[in-house]
Amino acid sequence: MTGIDSLIPPGNPSVLGAAPGVTEDARTYLAAGGYRGAIGAAELLDRLDGLRGRGGAGFPTAAKLRAVRDAGPRPVVVANGEEGEPGSVKDRWLLRARPHLVLDGLARAAEITGAERGYVYVSDTAAGERIRRALAERAPRLPCDVVDTAHTYVAGEETAVVRRINGGPALPTAKPPRPFQQGVGGAPTLVANVETLARIALIAAQPDRRRPAARATLVTLAGRGAEPLLAEVPYGCTLRTLARAQGTPEPAGVLMGGLFGGLLGPGRLDLALDPDTLTAAGTALGCGAIRFLAPDECPVSLASAAVAHLAAESARQCGICVAGTGSVRDALGALTNGTADTGLLTRLRRWSTSLPGRGACGLLDAAAGTAGSLLRAFPDLVRAHLDAPCPGCAAPADTGRLTVPVPHVARRPVPRPRSAAFPR
Amino acid sequence: MKLRLDATRCQGYGLCQEPAPDLIDLDEFGYAVVTADPAPGAFEDAARAAAEACPNSALRLER
Repeated sequence: MTGIDSLIPPGNPSVLGAAPGVTEDARTYLAAGGYRGAIGAAELLDRLDGLRGRGGAGFPTAAKLRAVRDAGPRPVVVANGEEGEPGSVKDRWLLRARPHLVLDGLARAAEITGAERGYVYVSDTAAGERIRRALAERAPRLPCDVVDTAHTYVAGEETAVVRRINGGPALPTAKPPRPFQQGVGGAPTLVANVETLARIALIAAQPDRRRPAARATLVTLAGRGAEPLLAEVPYGCTLRTLARAQGTPEPAGVLMGGLFGGLLGPGRLDLALDPDTLTAAGTALGCGAIRFLAPDECPVSLASAAVAHLAAESARQCGICVAGTGSVRDALGALTNGTADTGLLTRLRRWSTSLPGRGACGLLDAAAGTAGSLLRAFPDLVRAHLDAPCPGCAAPADTGRLTVPVPHVARRPVPRPRSAAFPR
Repeated sequence: MKLRLDATRCQGYGLCQEPAPDLIDLDEFGYAVVTADPAPGAFEDAARAAAEACPNSALRLER
């Protein structure tokens, strides 16, 4: 079962909250200072400088809010809780455990942008149920609908979100227009990850602590050494620290960001977890899903599994995605089963630079980037796969190795009648 | 001016490349890649012809 831990200093603003294993109700959230704030929308917006989106792209939140606010009348705000990355659980946990923190952040985003309508977009049944209950517990000033979607890799992509809310399938569309220009019902639309909104609410509650709130993040850590771990961690901690915290202390490599940060070799464990540092190093924090390779796991095999997942999850809208992702999948598959020909590495290298940016969404980029990062991080190991079958790759496939289960979040127990005294 | 390719519409017919070889390449899978945007005046006709050649309206010329 996935554990939960905090690696941030005690007393810092935290999205994990006091009881991460139980759904927080409105009374508890209000008692802790939620839904209030000392500062207005304009001042809050100024304090959001430094906050980066937590959905994967890491775009500056304040710039996105300003773009929506300035794009035209009657904007719409959307809390995006559809977490398509198989190795990430933080968004679903957040909706299940702290629905009011997310709704508070959504209301603040509406005040900043001038939106009069909000949506919460979810695929997780438990998350949807807790959000609906939270809306019933405390009716928000902002009219707010919950929109359900199927759980797929691309359903949380921002244009897919808009298309689904507009009554279509949850599939990406060509950009431009981007949602901030033309989104739900044609209006300027903010599609914000639920953790981003939670951090807006934290900063609204404690504007003086905006820096630690903006410079901490939820990560989902997994590795064969121990159970997966959902953790709130400060920017700047190293990958090595996170590997130890999860329980895979000497990893043979790291799969970063979900499936679009690519693979890193074991020599990169001193990299600091910070969006800019990781981007400069050619990888990505993404949605904070980090998979450590156990010493006996083969990176080629993991890359192959990752791209096979992506190929299966392609929306099959873009011809180039079907052809490109399928070709990368087949090439990596050939490396794992010892059937690779001599031209294969040249093709993989070419695809890693020619395919990114070609599809309507980032899925093809993730497939091509995974292959490119494998070649960069493990060149000798990959070449060895051309000469002889790899025992690590031949081991029975660990099905579901990319998928992390969401931590259990109990419903708050119904209070017993006062007469029925029970021991405390 | 910008020649925009909607990847969800490109089916790899390849008919766009012939009238605009300076603006469009076909990749190894047969799908179109816009390699340059038409400068005002230059290649404008070629770009328009490429957009009109696509049976699936995947190319659009934007000002």
